[in-house]
Amino acid sequence: MNNKGVDKSKRQFLTSALTVVGAVGSGYLAIPFLAQMQPSVKAMAAGAPVEVDISKIETGQLIRVAWRGKPVWILNRTPEVLATLKTLDSELRDPLSNESDQPPSSKNPGRSIKPEIFVAVGLCTHLGCSPTFRPEIAPNDLGEQWKGGFFCPCHGSWFDLAGRVYRGVPAPSNLEIPPYRYITDTRIIVGEASEEKKA
Amino acid sequence: MKPTRLNACGDWVLDRFPVTKFWNEHMAHYYAPKNFNFWYFFGSLALLVLVNQIITGILLTMNYKPDAKLAFDSIEYIMRDVPWGWLVRYMHSTGASAFFIVIYLHMFRGIMYGSFKHPRELIWIFGMLLFVALMAEAFMGYLLPWGQMSYWGAQVIISLFSAIPVIGDDLSLWIRGDYVIADATLNRFFAFHVIAVPLVLVMLVFMHIVALHEVGSNNPDGIEIKESKDPWGHPVDGIPFHPYYTVKDIVGVAVFLLFFATVIFYMPEMGGYFLEHANFIPADPMKTPEHIAPVWYFTPFYSVLRAIPDKFAGVIAMGGSIVVLFLLPWLDRCPVKSIRYRGGIFKKALFLFVVSFIALGYLGTQPVTPVATILARLFTTIYFGFFLLMPIYTRWEKTKPVPKSLTKDHSLEEQLHAIEEQIPAFIDEITEIKPVATEIGHPAFKSSFFNRRPNPVGIKNVATRLAKKLIESLD
Amino acid sequence: MKKLLIILLLTLSFDAIANEEIELQSANIDLSDNESLQRGAKHFVTYCLGCHSAKHIRYLRIANDVGADPQKVLKDIAPEGASIYDQLHSAMNKHDAEKWFGTQPPDLSLIARSRGPDWLYSYLKSYYVDASKPLGVNNLVFKDTAMPNPLWQLQGEQHAEQRKTIYGEYTKLVIEEHGTLSEKDFDLFVNDLVNFLVYVGEPVQLERQRIGKYVILFLLLFLVIAYLLKKEFWQDVH
Repeated sequence: MNNKGVDKSKRQFLTSALTVVGAVGSGYLAIPFLAQMQPSVKAMAAGAPVEVDISKIETGQLIRVAWRGKPVWILNRTPEVLATLKTLDSELRDPLSNESDQPPSSKNPGRSIKPEIFVAVGLCTHLGCSPTFRPEIAPNDLGEQWKGGFFCPCHGSWFDLAGRVYRGVPAPSNLEIPPYRYITDTRIIVGEASEEKKA
Repeated sequence: MKPTRLNACGDWVLDRFPVTKFWNEHMAHYYAPKNFNFWYFFGSLALLVLVNQIITGILLTMNYKPDAKLAFDSIEYIMRDVPWGWLVRYMHSTGASAFFIVIYLHMFRGIMYGSFKHPRELIWIFGMLLFVALMAEAFMGYLLPWGQMSYWGAQVIISLFSAIPVIGDDLSLWIRGDYVIADATLNRFFAFHVIAVPLVLVMLVFMHIVALHEVGSNNPDGIEIKESKDPWGHPVDGIPFHPYYTVKDIVGVAVFLLFFATVIFYMPEMGGYFLEHANFIPADPMKTPEHIAPVWYFTPFYSVLRAIPDKFAGVIAMGGSIVVLFLLPWLDRCPVKSIRYRGGIFKKALFLFVVSFIALGYLGTQPVTPVATILARLFTTIYFGFFLLMPIYTRWEKTKPVPKSLTKDHSLEEQLHAIEEQIPAFIDEITEIKPVATEIGHPAFKSSFFNRRPNPVGIKNVATRLAKKLIESLD
Repeated sequence: MKKLLIILLLTLSFDAIANEEIELQSANIDLSDNESLQRGAKHFVTYCLGCHSAKHIRYLRIANDVGADPQKVLKDIAPEGASIYDQLHSAMNKHDAEKWFGTQPPDLSLIARSRGPDWLYSYLKSYYVDASKPLGVNNLVFKDTAMPNPLWQLQGEQHAEQRKTIYGEYTKLVIEEHGTLSEKDFDLFVNDLVNFLVYVGEPVQLERQRIGKYVILFLLLFLVIAYLLKKEFWQDVH
């Protein structure tokens, strides 16, 4: 072996060059490996927009449909509920939904396109449990403060019937409203954004 | 240089964990003979393929379903609906075949240069255990796609166990966990393929390498480089593995990846050898495909099985064809390691062995015909003859004197250059110049090269010379 | 010894020739021909999907890969009420299939990978009238096939004729009653259909060949640098 007369800088350069090219190659190889853990076409197919007939929902009734595997609630609110919602602002964390997740068409106090039909993703914004629907007023277990709403059994978060979160509970923001639009007066499609009314 | 926080943190770890020691022992201060040639790439390549199989295998298990009703469809789901699933799957399926190509060449190197001989017997034994574990791994993995070939291949191989007297039927029933290959079999094969056998493989690889680094690498001259050392205690003919063999192996890796990528992107089925056509039909326990053959890497042993006209004897012969490899260090009685200094009889025997191994492999992919059976018996005889007669013929061997220190191999550039110089003379010899018949035509055609015609006499001379050279090299 | 070997090898090869089945006609496969693929998709849905599914491919994938508008694909080739995400499922139920054909028509997603394009092409063209069979037809490529000829109205009726040549006897199929397509148009029809089936067998084929070029070019670059580095370091070794 003979280390004399070695061009150190050439060695250094070639080593760096090979390292860089090798790193780029590994990077490109990592893309498919990581991407293959993304949702597959099957998952996307299951996440396709869902069409719902809302004509059969009675006043005060809530139905659940699955969209992207998540529960989506569709609630037909009574006039009394709508009246109550207007009185709650002082008890809520984000009454105007400024820091919450919803399409522009639902960014209003009632958080819906049409006032009576309320559509929301039924998962608590705290840690993802599905809250229970409790429309009754002041039940025994929830106390006299309860004015009807959604109660999360996991960590005790309170939401009103517009999905708005109360102050002093773990959930940080209002329930998520999915994109949806009306095809006709009695049919909505969940998962496609409403084109009119865009802010 | 001023010690930084980072250095301090690094030292803190190094004081408690022997990274440096490990690196030095196995890389920077591991002295390897300086004359490794082409055949010495395959050890590191095998390690590369193992890593490839483990990573792609983990990714495949994320979407594969080990359930007889779902398995076949889940593979197609991976191939079509999972983003990049096709690439991961082809890397795994091509990797399986690549593993065997690399391992067969690695084993051939060992036989050729006597790497199995004293003091490296244990390395050979660990290597053979690796080979057996690898065959088990490949066989169980092949059931998972749950195609026709998967199913009937497993059926045939598991039935081999039923040939064992007395306990055979119960044993094969126990392996299957059902009366035929069924969901239970698929599930347990999945468990073995995904975790049990890979753990064994990784452990054996570790032992194989530790044993190798204890006694040191063999080389194409079959000389122990540790016998002559310089004043600092390093072998005179050795060079540190890192950086010299790391940079060399990277070149080997690049060339290997070129072949690997070509197969993955342009011929993933490899004409039905890497992915068999019948395996694109879901397993059907009611209907055997017309022609079943195991994947190519099992066919030499499968041929041995078919060559024997008795079920039990066939199974014994097939098992024997693998077991006999384990005994190699004790069958070979010649004191000289490398084929370079061994006698002609060993060279001829090895040549016959390679021919019979390839021929058996080919016959294993073909349907049984009377002629094929006769040939399979002939080659099976040669296969066993190579090993079992070895204690006899290696004693008579007229070996050549082994040099004291390593001889210099001509580098690839020098070899290419030498060939380049010979080309004009070679063309002159095998062709003759025909007179130009016409004046018209493109000017290029008037050059003497295009006026040459093959010269039968010259070609015959060249062929005779090459044949003579070949015969000489075998002596 | 060597002579014996040569003789054995020769007899083996003659053996192989003797066992050879009838020669297949070769299909002209071009997966970049989107129009052929679109025609093939339409033919498949019209003539095959009634009995055979292709459950591993979705309408959306076909639309994207053959460069057609998804809504148009949905309208033109998918059955009524199908979603663009749906796979190509057959309308026939298992029970009826067993009753009518005695077996279940196989899923065709991978038929081109198990049989090969030439086999499919020849098979679809090799039906002939054979009164001794329950279906009244037989097939030269796949003897006693359980599938009736779905394309007979297009091709017409073929009859088998024995011909003799110096090499031996062979069977020639002759069209006696022409169908709605001329012979040339029918060949194109079958070719489009087979082209589509080859695509369905592995939809990613073109994509993988496209990516392969870049991978190989990159590896060549890597090889060059690695080789230079090796050469540089190995100057030390004498």
